[in-house]
Amino acid sequence: MSFISLLWVLLLGSLLGLELIGKVPPTLHTPLMSGANAISGITMLAALTLIVKAEGNVPLLIIGSVSLGFALFNVVGGFFVTDRMLAMFSRKPSNKK
Amino acid sequence: MNLPVIIKFVIDLLAVLLLALGIKGLSKVKSARDANRLAAFAMSLSVVGLLSYYLGTSGIAIQSWIWIIIGSIIGSLFGAILAKKVPMTSMPETVALFNGCGGMSSLLVALGVAIFPISSSAENFDFFKSLINEVSISVSIFVGAITFTGSIVAMAKLQGWLSTPGWTQSKFRHFVNIVFAVASLIAFFDLINGNTSSIWLLVIVSSLLGIGVTLPIGGADMPVVISLLNSYSGIAAAAAGFVVDSQLLIVAGAMVGAAGLILTQVMCKGMNRSLVSVLFGGSLSAQSTASSGSGEYTNITSCSVEECALTLEAANKVIIVPGYGLAVAQAQHTLREVTKKLEQNGIEVVYAIHPVAGRMPGHMNVLLAEADVPYEQLKEMDVVNPDFPATDVVLVLGANDVVNPQAKNDSSSPLYGMPVLDVQEARTVFVIKRGMNAGYSGIKNDLFDLPNTSMVFGDAKKVLNDLIGELKDLGVGEK
Repeated sequence: MSFISLLWVLLLGSLLGLELIGKVPPTLHTPLMSGANAISGITMLAALTLIVKAEGNVPLLIIGSVSLGFALFNVVGGFFVTDRMLAMFSRKPSNKK
Repeated sequence: MNLPVIIKFVIDLLAVLLLALGIKGLSKVKSARDANRLAAFAMSLSVVGLLSYYLGTSGIAIQSWIWIIIGSIIGSLFGAILAKKVPMTSMPETVALFNGCGGMSSLLVALGVAIFPISSSAENFDFFKSLINEVSISVSIFVGAITFTGSIVAMAKLQGWLSTPGWTQSKFRHFVNIVFAVASLIAFFDLINGNTSSIWLLVIVSSLLGIGVTLPIGGADMPVVISLLNSYSGIAAAAAGFVVDSQLLIVAGAMVGAAGLILTQVMCKGMNRSLVSVLFGGSLSAQSTASSGSGEYTNITSCSVEECALTLEAANKVIIVPGYGLAVAQAQHTLREVTKKLEQNGIEVVYAIHPVAGRMPGHMNVLLAEADVPYEQLKEMDVVNPDFPATDVVLVLGANDVVNPQAKNDSSSPLYGMPVLDVQEARTVFVIKRGMNAGYSGIKNDLFDLPNTSMVFGDAKKVLNDLIGELKDLGVGEK
């Protein structure tokens, strides 16, 4: 990929992000923040790339592995905790009886 | 284009589409839960895409697999355990911690690439490309480090492990932060010039900058900061995408960065604060110590739980104003018991939710939903404010600043202009509170002095339990 096309990708991605969230009810601010936060753990892909390309360089493998751990901590924890929050909204009082 | 490249391209495209749909869906109550799962699915899809691409092209060494598995298992396990165990009340600091780790991950990737250049980028070396590489590495380190230390400080402050040191409220802090910023800029250019050792300087000063910027910010503004740092971690991810040449990372990172920025803006609006004043204004309580010295309470009426129960029994319409104090006392379930009794007696009960009730916008809704309060009974501020004059009883539970009439009446008050709930318009107001301590802002609450306000002193949970007993004695909720 040339640098210029990567810049296009950056630009279009930012515009998409700006458009996606228009009106959010305050109820959803915390879950939305937490969900978006989980997505930002996508750096796990960079960590994976690093490990695959390390070619036996042990310090690099370790750095990649630690980085992958941090990213997955963010991703897995983030999605679970968001789900926990959202599960409370969907629970109807009627099906408790 | 060979097959692995095409497959990866298709999977990446699909993942971006699903992630975008996920973020979009998360902003609607109905679709939010499915959207969250969709985003999670998209993330795992992207991992499959990446791994299959390398399997189909260069192959993945056994050694790499081992380190991949070690890192994934440890990270996922801790993440899952924390997510399951953490109480709903400490949600904001949890999000901060997760966010900080995302930033740390981007930082480490960039650091790894900088110290041990990846072989593929070295083989077709050209000046322009290596410049881009160094810029994106520096950005990734800079933003990643700020996200990490900033989030950790935010978490520590919300947990109460860190208080706001006095010197951070003076003008001196701007000087310190400017020094850090300039130093990181120097390290940045030094690094681009090919001086690899300055990378450590960059790591250190940008970490310090993250601390220096977050430390002076008061607890009430912390949610905005976390949201902003969340946006940063997206930017850090996008920068890491440039480092390893991944379009998917760039798109997803940019999306989160931009969406986080919008969300930050929305939150600021809800609190009537501008982003600039949150970041550079210091904490509200520090500004107000001068002006609130004048405020002594003169006309406090305290009353017993029994009186409160009697008034509630005679009411037709009751509005509950929950605040963070309720959450701290874990009293949301007890509160639900009380309101159930009132409803059984035909009393109309609604909950007035201030946009920043709790510690984070939407936090209180989550806590009340946990206690099975029907969603329809949660009313937002603008909807509920016109109802107060026609309300018999308002119960304020652990809320303070959000019901302070000063925000409307007193232009010298630091709270002036903040949207508040007009509880004083109701016939009777009961404030359940542990003592006369001020709220987050540290400002005297004029509401407590009003003749129609009565204070019920005690822990929210205990008072509510007593209230249940008194209501039972009165025969409320038995029919």
